[in-house]
Parts: sequence; C-alpha cells; structure tokens
Amino acid sequence: MSDARFIVIGGGVVGAAISYGLARLGHPVTMIDGADDAFRASRANFGLVWVQSKGLGKPDYAAWSRRSAALYEDFRAELEDESGVDCAYHRPGGVTLALSDDELEEQVAILGQIRGEAPAGEFEFEVVERAQLDNMLPGLGPEVVGATYSAHDGETNSLFLLHALHGAFQRRGGAYVQGHHVTGIEAAAGGGYAVSTADGTVHTGDRVVVAAGLGNQELAARVGLEVPVRPVQGQVIVTERADPLLSMPTLNVKQTREGTFMLGASQAEVDYDITTDAAVLKRIAARNLRAFPFLSDLRVVRSWAGLRVMTPDGFPIYDQSPSHPGIFIATGHSGVTTAAAHAYVLADYFSKGEIGAELAGLSSARFHVQA
Amino acid sequence: MSAAVDLAIVGAGPAGMGAALEAARHGLRPVVLDEHGAPGGQIYRNIEGVTRDRPGDLAVLGADYGAGAALVAAFRAADIDYRPGSAVFEVGSGGLGVLSDGVARRLEAREIILATGAMERPVPQPGWTLPGVLSAGAAQTLLKASNLVPAGRVVVAGSGPLLFLLAWQLAEAGVDIAAILRTSPRGNLWRALPHALGLVGNPDVAKGLGWIRALKRRGIPFLEGVTALAAEGDDRVERVRYRRAGGETVLPADTLLLHEGVVPNPQLARASGAAHDFDAARGHLAARHDDWLQTSLDGVALAGDGLRIHGAKAAPALGRWAALGCLLRLGRLEAATAERGRAEARAEVARAARPQAFLHELYRVPDEPMTPRDDDTVVCRCEALTAGEIRRALALDVPGPNQLKAFLRAGMGPCQSRMCAPTVARMFAARDGRGVTEGDHFRLRPPVKPITVRELAEMQDLAAD
Amino acid sequence: MFRRRAAPAATVTVRLDGEAVAAAAGDSVAAVLLAAGADYRRHGVGGAARAPFCMIGNCHDCLVEVDGVANRQGCLVTVAEGMRIRRMRGKPVLAT
Ligand SMILES: Cc1cc2nc3c(=O)[nH]c(=O)nc-3n(C[C@H](O)[C@@H](O)[C@H](O)COP(=O)(O)OP(=O)(O)OC[C@H]3O[C@@H](n4cnc5c(N)ncnc54)[C@H](O)[C@@H]3O)c2cc1C
Ligand SMILES: Cc1cc2nc3c(=O)[nH]c(=O)nc-3n(C[C@H](O)[C@H](O)[C@H](O)COP(=O)(O)OP(=O)(O)OC[C@H]3O[C@@H](n4cnc5c(N)ncnc54)[C@H](O)[C@@H]3O)c2cc1C
Repeated sequence: MSDARFIVIGGGVVGAAISYGLARLGHPVTMIDGADDAFRASRANFGLVWVQSKGLGKPDYAAWSRRSAALYEDFRAELEDESGVDCAYHRPGGVTLALSDDELEEQVAILGQIRGEAPAGEFEFEVVERAQLDNMLPGLGPEVVGATYSAHDGETNSLFLLHALHGAFQRRGGAYVQGHHVTGIEAAAGGGYAVSTADGTVHTGDRVVVAAGLGNQELAARVGLEVPVRPVQGQVIVTERADPLLSMPTLNVKQTREGTFMLGASQAEVDYDITTDAAVLKRIAARNLRAFPFLSDLRVVRSWAGLRVMTPDGFPIYDQSPSHPGIFIATGHSGVTTAAAHAYVLADYFSKGEIGAELAGLSSARFHVQA
Repeated sequence: MSAAVDLAIVGAGPAGMGAALEAARHGLRPVVLDEHGAPGGQIYRNIEGVTRDRPGDLAVLGADYGAGAALVAAFRAADIDYRPGSAVFEVGSGGLGVLSDGVARRLEAREIILATGAMERPVPQPGWTLPGVLSAGAAQTLLKASNLVPAGRVVVAGSGPLLFLLAWQLAEAGVDIAAILRTSPRGNLWRALPHALGLVGNPDVAKGLGWIRALKRRGIPFLEGVTALAAEGDDRVERVRYRRAGGETVLPADTLLLHEGVVPNPQLARASGAAHDFDAARGHLAARHDDWLQTSLDGVALAGDGLRIHGAKAAPALGRWAALGCLLRLGRLEAATAERGRAEARAEVARAARPQAFLHELYRVPDEPMTPRDDDTVVCRCEALTAGEIRRALALDVPGPNQLKAFLRAGMGPCQSRMCAPTVARMFAARDGRGVTEGDHFRLRPPVKPITVRELAEMQDLAAD
Repeated sequence: MFRRRAAPAATVTVRLDGEAVAAAAGDSVAAVLLAAGADYRRHGVGGAARAPFCMIGNCHDCLVEVDGVANRQGCLVTVAEGMRIRRMRGKPVLAT
C-alpha cells in the first residue's frame, strides 16, 4: 500500500527524516510542524553521529546506532543530490578525551561492556594513549591522559541536515505545514485518521506518525501509548571560525567545516527552560580549554540552551498504537545519529505497517508499570 | 561574590550621562559602563579630545556637537563611578557581564539602565560590502575621533536628517562631495505633511533646512528620487550606479557613504529577554516599557535612542526619567518628587521630539531595497549570504528567522545579526504578504560583545556553584 | 581612502604588518589602517576584500589581529605604543 497517505506530526530531524523516507517510497506525506519558536532539539544539538557509548545494557539500540552510522554516507550523498544542501557528514572516527586516569578507566569499562554485549566483531574501539593521541589531534592540553577511539563515529552539520531533509522532502512532493500545533488525533469517519490543529484545520490520512519531540507524550497518550519523554537541558558554546585544525570530532569539542568550534555540553533537569546560565557556560569553557588550550583567544560567537528529548532509560521509543493501528511513534535522544536509519529503515517499516522485530526492545511496553 | 551596586548604567552617551547625573543629584553613586574610552556617546564622540587638541574643529562639527562639552564636564565633575573601556556582554538575573582589559566580571546591580543608543539602519545595497563603502556615520566618527576624512571622489547617498548634517560636516571639513543622492520616495512627503503642523519655526527643522541650503550653496548636486543604488568595483568601490527619472547613471567614486536613518540598537535589550514589539510606523523593533521606562524585566530600564529615536536633545531627559524610576524603586525618592521630575522630563522629551513623527514619515525606507530585488546582493555580511540564497530557503516555507538561521547560517556570524536582522524580517513579511512582526527577528543570546573562550572560562565574581 | 586633515597633537608608533607606522594617540586601530591605505583585510568567508563599514562596533567588518589576537574589532581598540597590528587574510590560524 505505497499510496497510503501519511501525516507526520513534527518537523524536527526525527519527523523530517521519516517524512523524507516515506516520500521517497512514493507515499503522499503531509508534515505538520510547530512555529519558529517551538522547542527544537534539532536546532540546538552537537551534530555528532556517535556510536561509542551508545546502548549500554541495550544492545538492540547499540546495533541501531551502528546501522544508522553505516548508512550515513549514502544518506548524505542522496540528500545533497536531492536538495542541493551538503550536510557535511564525514566519518573520520571520533574520540572521547579523558582528563584523568579515572575518567579513562570509566570510559574503557563502559565501552568494554558495550562490546561484550554486541555480536562478535560488530563494535570495535581502541584505547589511545597520550603519545599516540598526539598524532591524531593537535594542541592537546597537558591534562589529557588518553582517549577512547571508535572508527564508527563521525559528525555532521545537523542544521544543514535539517535543511537538506526539508528540501529533499519537498522536492519529492511532500507537503509541509508549519506554524500549526496539533491538538487532536481521531479515527476519521470514512476510515483513516483526522489530525486537527489548534486553529481548527483538519488533515486526514491513512496513517499517522507522531514525531513531535517533547510534544510526543501528550499526543501519544491520545492514542493509548505511554511515551514518557522529558526535557533535559544542554548548553553549548560556539566560537568564531578559524582555519581547519581538528580533523576528527571529540565528544565535547568539534570543529565544523565552516571552521567554528563547538564546545559542549551540559546536562540539567530544569524543565522547559532554555535560558543560558553564565556559570554553566563558564564551566563548559573551562573544561574544554583544559583539553584544547589553543581555543583560548577564540571569540565566542553564540551560546544556547537546547532541550534533549529524553526517555527514562535514554533509549528511543518506536511503537505502533495498539488501539489505533497505523499510528506510529518515533522519539528519543540522538535523533541526529539515527536519522539515516529513520529515513531508510524505520520509514520502510511504517510503509509496510509493521515495525521490524529487531526494534521490539525499543517499544513503549518497557515503561508500562506492572500492576 | 561581589556586593550588588544600586544602579548600573550602560552607556555614557547623553542618555546615560543624564541618568547618572540625576542619580548623583539624589545622592546615589551609579556605576556607568561604556566600551569607549571617553564619555559622549555617538553624537559627542571625542568631544573632550576635540576641545583640547583641535578646538578650531568645533565650528566644523557644529554647535550641537559643541553643546555636549558642558554635559560631559558635568558628568566628569559629579560623584559617578565611571568605568570606560567596559563592554557589557550580558544583562540578566539582576546583574551584568562586563568585559574590560581582557577580564570578564559579573556585576550585580539592583537597578540597570540600558542607554546603549542607536545604530544606523543597515540597508543592503548591491556592492555595499566593498571597501570604500561606509555608513555616513562611520565617516563622521572618523572625523570626530581621528580627524580623518575620505579622499578622492565622495558620493553621499540615502535619506534622513542626519544625512544632511553629516554631509555638511564633511563639506566644512574640506571634503569635496561629488553628489548627494536622495533615496526617499517622493510620496513620503505627502504622508509626512499632516505631521508638519506646528513645525513652522521649529529650530531643529530650521537647522536641517539650513544644512541643505548650505550644501546647495556650495554647488553640490542634490539628486532626488534615486533608486536602484549600487556600488561597483573590484576589491573596492570604483563606481556608483543608480536610476533616476527613468535613466541610469554611473558616477565614478572612491568613497560611497550610505545612510538611511538610525534605529535603536536592540542587541543588549533583546538578548536580556526584554519584550519588544515591531513599531511599524518607525520601522524598527522597540522595547515595551512602563511609565518609568522600565522594560518587561524588573529592574531593567531603557533610555535614550536605544528606547525610541527621540534624538540627542531628548536623550538626557529620558535618562533622568529612567533614573527617577530606579530611585523610586530603590526607595531613594518620594513618589511625589519622582513624579514631578518625570513630568518635567516628559515635557522636555515631547518638546525635543516634536519633529520626529514628521521625520519618520518623510524618511521612511521603502521596501526596495529592504527586500533586495537583486539576487546577488549580500544580506548577511558575516556569512556572505545573498538575497537569492535567502529567498530560496524561504521558498521551503521556513517557519521563521530562527529556522532560517539554522538552514543557512544567516545571522550566525560575529555581528550576531546586527546587520541582516531588519532585512531578513522584511523578507519574511514580504514572502507572507503581511507587515513585519517581532517574530520575524532572530532570537538573540548572550554574549552580545565578543568574549574569548579564556575570558569566559576565567569569568570572575560568579556565584560559587 | 582616508586622509588626515592635520598632524595629530601626539603620536604613537605601532607595527603594521611589521612596519613602523605613526598613529595619532587615541586613534582606533581601524582608523590607523584606513589612513595607511586601501588594503584592510580579506574576509574569512569567501575571501573578498572587506573594510570597516560602521565604525561603532556593529558590523564586524573591521576585524584585525592585535598583539597576536585575531579578529579584534579594530574600531573599538585604541592604539598603544608598540602595538603589533596585522591585517587578516581570511580565517585566523591557531597556534598549537
Ligand atoms: C554613528 C552615529 C552618529 C550619530 N551622530 C549624531 C550627530 O552628529 N548628531 C545627532 O544629533 N545625532 C547623532 N546620532 C544619533 C544618536 O543616536 C544621538 O541621538 C545620541 O547620540 C543618542 O544618545 P544616547 O545616549 O541614546 O546613545 P549614544 O550616544 O549612542 O550612546 C550610547 C553609548 O553606549 C555605549 N554602549 C553601547 N552598547 C554598549 C555595551 N554593550 N557595552 C558598553 N557600552 C555600550 C556606546 O559606546 C555609547 O557610548 C548618531 C548616531 C549614530 C549611530
Ligand atoms: C545540547 C544537545 C546536544 C545534542 N547532541 C546530539 C548529538 O551530538 N548527536 C545526536 O544524535 N543527537 C544529539 N542531540 C539530540 C537530538 O538533537 C535530538 O534527539 C533530536 O533533535 C530530536 O529531534 P525531534 O525531531 O524528535 O525533536 P525536535 O527537534 O524537538 O522537534 C520536534 C518538532 O515537533 C514539533 N511539534 C511539537 N509538538 C507539536 C504539535 N503538537 N503539533 C505540531 N508540531 C509539534 C515542534 O515544532 C518541533 O519542530 C542533542 C540534543 C541537545 C539538546
């Protein structure tokens, strides 16, 4: 049923990747999105396509992240063809720097466990000693003791990725409706579903994808799904452009293709607050300056606070409503990393009407409180 | 953590000085922060230096400039904690972030007055990024601060009352102005006329007409109704092209000075989170304020041209007005005293600002060039983004400026959208066939002044965490 | 192209790309470069020639290297004796 008409709620990187994937399969798709000032993690993130450290205790999710990373270069090239926008993805590998032996030990333990949980040979990482690290990254501070490295890791310009997805989606004939807040999802009289927005407009479709970031909990509840997402604030600093220096991203510092350095990121449970805090920014600057003292005289051009879309265990949720078949949910953290899998794999499942068995462990059932 | 000061004033222009003097008069010693090394603001830039080192130039710069000397002298003499060379990069949560001599500090303040002034309205023209193309105010600043004037063939273009003052000052300073190209549409005059009542004999209007007459007496060509202005050249301006009365003209030029009026510089107030609305009549964002000029943020007031363009003469009175509100909230003044002072200040502002409504209509900037027709015109100077690139992204039905910023990096460069925000806002309104709104402007975040990673990492006087 | 209308009351000597240049005390760095000739800087995005536009801290087109620190706003930095000023050619190159 490739002519099934889809309504996707949410135009962040999750909604846009799925919308693009569905349009690419030939479905008529309407993507409904909020206003310019809505919370959008997709405009506030770090742009890592990151595999190491993902999925501790959840090998299905670790595998899902690796799968997306493996698809990413084709994804980038296809999006550039279709939209004219290069999202600057590359996969030089990535490192997590340690500023003390304790930090390094802890990281190595986590990655070791993730490797142990993965099928043999599917997830590799290396522990890099300081001397070796100096051949990989210039200008490291004296406190850097070493790092973990994984060849799976890469990075993208997540803002250009969002641009590319929107462009490619519309080029494929997808309809984009912005500035509308979805308030209702109901079974339509003649079959399918009616999605209504705050201003009274109703969009009807055969199937619905709920991918509205922090709006998901409320929307999913309307179709009998428990999707406990909450905001986790992260603050980020960006500097002015400089000549290329870092050829590889690290977990907290990366240089974009334009030349700016991004310094991240804090974690705080502060509800829906997106104001930056000087004390937090100071801490981010200080920590990353210890890693890369050459950042010292670069000027900060911007700082911001964004809201991660976080589930209780940190892993995404993919599910279909039991009461409203044909209504799907896709949400969670690391939507940039999983974007290629969302566009190519998840959209295909939604098109077929059934989510693949390998994602069963990511259904919302895991949050149902047993009576 | 440092103890909080009662009153911190940002800006030592006429508004900030007026506010500081009022506070001092009532026995409160305010802190005044200004990134410049000397008081005066934009209008009285380097007034002390000119008076001391080249007093002959007071005649060149005109009586209004010289009048600043008395205000600056009073400011210097009063009991005020004046801190020159201090750039304020953040305002919020009862304090400010201040950068001076490479050290960032947090200053807690119970009351804050932002008297950060105006900026020239950035209007993109083809070729406006070429060296040799400057704002007219830039040339004036160079004349006041460094006694520099443009050499060679100088063309002045644009509109607004300051344009004629600046041209007059340059001419008095010995600059040979090749032509003055006036861009305000003729229709503006008709819309402005109803506001002209009561302006007969107004000294400021008379002064403006006097500059125009003096410039014409020098034989400088005044060309009205100029459109499609463009600067051309390789690596610097060599020619100015424009259309007028159906014909196209190319003038050789070494310097092109542009000016389309001044607008409040919204950067610090907007980044602090103070609510703003788009003032359609004046064509710029304006902060919401109460009867004491306090913004939507408790304890943060605005004064001077940063509030509304009322002009330099009204600025000290606006500063006093805001200061009275602070003193009242601090419990340093009786309500009746504060209200009496406010009534006087209000009357003074009204008097000084009388020609403003007329001038706003007369010099209203038309949609073209604010929505550049030419796809190659650079809109975002920092990111070198053109009108065509922006229009292509707008065609994807981008919901607003913040999404546009993400898609293109528009407004993401070091100027933090100061130069492109008004244009981008107009382009959104044009796309959607409606008037400009506050929501058409980029969200601003601190720091609004360049601070380095090290300065941020070593920021002092922050609450211990 | 700007010219000085009169000899300054007091001068300081700065190094502009290594050359000694006399500047007026109190001058902004941008004014010194504008008085010194046509060439100001190359933009870090696209490499076009750029020079100051607003002179009051808004446009960020007056960026210049001062005493080893890149991208300072030339219009807001006042000259000092012995100051090392360099014209920028594109993005800053960081020293590691
Ligand atoms: C370039 C220019 C030239 C002008 N020339 C004239 C003129 O000749 N005649 C005339 O009538 N009007 C002129 N004006 C109009 C001007 O707005 C005056 O009406 C008057 O200067 C306004 O006074 P003010 O105190 O409100 O602001 P300003 O005089 O602009 O003073 C604001 C002060 O705040 C400081 N400041 C701003 N932001 C910060 C910050 N973040 N941190 C620290 N300090 C900060 C500035 O350095 C400045 O000294 C000019 C405007 C501009 C932009
Ligand atoms: C600081 C930070 C750093 C991060 N770093 C990374 C990283 O390096 N790598 C990575 O993979 N991930 C990272 N993330 C996470 C990533 O950004 C998010 O997982 C992803 O952006 C989530 O996308 P989304 O589309 O689900 O949500 P959002 O981007 O929040 O979009 C949700 C959209 O839904 C719309 N919406 C909401 N409710 C409604 C409604 N009722 N009706 C209509 N529309 C609605 C909103 O308007 C919005 O556009 C980071 C996040 C943060 C905050």
